[in-house]
Amino acid sequence: MGNSFYLPRPKAAANPAGGPTAGLKRWLNAALFFLLFGVLFLFSHYGSGYQVRILNNIAIFITLAVSYNLINGVCGLLHLGPNGFIAIGAYTSALLAMSPAEKNLNFILSNVIWPLNVIQVPFAVSLIAAGAMAALFAFLISFPVLRVRGDYLAIVTLGFGEVVRVVCNGAQSVTNGPLGIKGLYPHTNLWWSWGVAALSVVVIQRLINSNYGLAMKAIREDETAARAMGVDPFRRLMLGFLISAFFSGIAGGLLAHLITTISPGLFTFLLTFNLLIMIVVGGLGSTTGAILGAALFAWGGEALRVVEQPMQIGPLTIPGIPGMRMVIFSLVLLLVILFARKGIMGRRELSWDFLFSKLAGSRRAKTPS
Amino acid sequence: MEGGQEMSATLFVQQLINGISLGSLYALIAIGYTMVYGILRLINFAHGDLLMVAAYAALYGMLLFSLPWFISFPLAIIATGAIGILLDRAAYKPLRQAPRISLLISAIGASFLMENLALVLIGGVPKAFHRPNCFSHVIIIGGLHIPVLTIYSPLVTLLLVLGLLYIVFKTRAGKAMRAASRDFEATRLMGIDLDRIIALTFLLGSSLAAASGIMWAMKYPQINPFMGVLPGLKAFIAAVLGGIGNIVGAVLGGFLLGLFEILIVALLPDLAEYRDAFAFLLLIGVLLFRPTGIMGEPFIE
Repeated sequence: MGNSFYLPRPKAAANPAGGPTAGLKRWLNAALFFLLFGVLFLFSHYGSGYQVRILNNIAIFITLAVSYNLINGVCGLLHLGPNGFIAIGAYTSALLAMSPAEKNLNFILSNVIWPLNVIQVPFAVSLIAAGAMAALFAFLISFPVLRVRGDYLAIVTLGFGEVVRVVCNGAQSVTNGPLGIKGLYPHTNLWWSWGVAALSVVVIQRLINSNYGLAMKAIREDETAARAMGVDPFRRLMLGFLISAFFSGIAGGLLAHLITTISPGLFTFLLTFNLLIMIVVGGLGSTTGAILGAALFAWGGEALRVVEQPMQIGPLTIPGIPGMRMVIFSLVLLLVILFARKGIMGRRELSWDFLFSKLAGSRRAKTPS
Repeated sequence: MEGGQEMSATLFVQQLINGISLGSLYALIAIGYTMVYGILRLINFAHGDLLMVAAYAALYGMLLFSLPWFISFPLAIIATGAIGILLDRAAYKPLRQAPRISLLISAIGASFLMENLALVLIGGVPKAFHRPNCFSHVIIIGGLHIPVLTIYSPLVTLLLVLGLLYIVFKTRAGKAMRAASRDFEATRLMGIDLDRIIALTFLLGSSLAAASGIMWAMKYPQINPFMGVLPGLKAFIAAVLGGIGNIVGAVLGGFLLGLFEILIVALLPDLAEYRDAFAFLLLIGVLLFRPTGIMGEPFIE
């Protein structure tokens, strides 16, 4: 393993000569938010349904990938169960936001159990409940999970995801079993999905740059040394685990109300695998990388639909190959991890400091001193 | 099943036999996990998919080349062993010096690649596995209905395990293998060609998984590209249960897991739907209370 005990300097200390001041950065951030706001406004009024859907997908993937990267990239734990948290969030949000009458229509084989058969809450409340429920489960399983490391942690979390799916299939009076829940109201729009995405990026990025985040990175690099410096790995990792699960749960709720039909088959290990591709391609440990990875995945997934559809080249018709997309995705993951392990961003972030230092660097290079 | 005391005793014995039979299949797969883990400290996520490779290879050997089973099965086992070596060369060898997380991600990628490649090449529709007639008999002893396959699989497992133990404990290559699992670097310094030892490990582990895969396909004769995923995960749990890195432990863990799964469903039929979750709950229990498993040596950091 790495023999260098390396900690990146906190952001506040790293203000290179010629870098932006805190005030300027605040203005730039505000400008960026206005830009995002404007783009969303344009798309929500003039974009086609297809474009809006892709943008929604990108935003939900960003939330998922950034919160997944917090565990896998920043804390350095190979967590393979985010599909479980997403499922918990999706079901919680769906069951709470749906009207009792609709629920009765859905549950044919067995009636929905008590508090759920009378309750209906606004969408926003259901999302917060989704996050809280996922975080609660994260808290409960963190005791066995965070006792182990490496491969064991991977398999225990994978098992958790699998158990959640099996329970969703079996607990008919709560989840309607394999039939799933249909006819959810499509609450999720660009404002909800991108609002949550922006919130998750800001919160998680602030966490990473705080002392807690530094402690998490220290644990990633060398747990024994971190412990010797007085860092309590269990509590720091648990914090990351809870926040990651919270945002995964909310994203699950958004996903449910975007596609309006959920069933246990939606939340298999494949979902986790897709998230893994995003953060590995983007660069494990980089929030910017996770965002790029999520956007690339959403865009690439659509672009690659071509290979599964019949193609017409002149008089020749090439039949589409169903399942080819997953082959390509698996190959991409393998090739990136084998030959370009750092992904697009490595562990770097695209920050204002970084941009300005690049600009300053190129200016210095141009003007001979 | 309210047939009185005697009936339920028969049923119990029947379930016991089923459990041992299922356990023997887990045991064969678990050995491959435990051997690779012993040397490379890696969960070979793609190991379960070798079951699928072997099952398809055996089936196509019989269908396309109309080979008799006693030629098709060994050929499939050899081919799977070769694919196991190839897997190591392609996905794991370039990452020997890399962080563990990269190795695991590579393993997951390899697993998905194998499954989806099979899906594209063969199609997702489950195929009926052609079971040779000599494996289809059912023996009836005093009210017990025992398919011969249920008896064969533990016997085959026993034979294969004895052969493996001979190789590991009585040959020079086996000695090198045990040395590598004790101290990888020191073994290299002793002038042992570790690449060959690792290849041999993958060959042996994959062949055993292949044998298990073929028996699995005869037991549940509908095969599909994802058939190896769940047995693979459960066999890994069996390996942890027995104490990872320990071959006898893996066999023991396999049998225990098989019995546990069958008996819990037999005793609590209401929970049959949750059958696939038990193995993982068992894993969490083991990791909480005895992380080194039954046969494992105490973990020293």
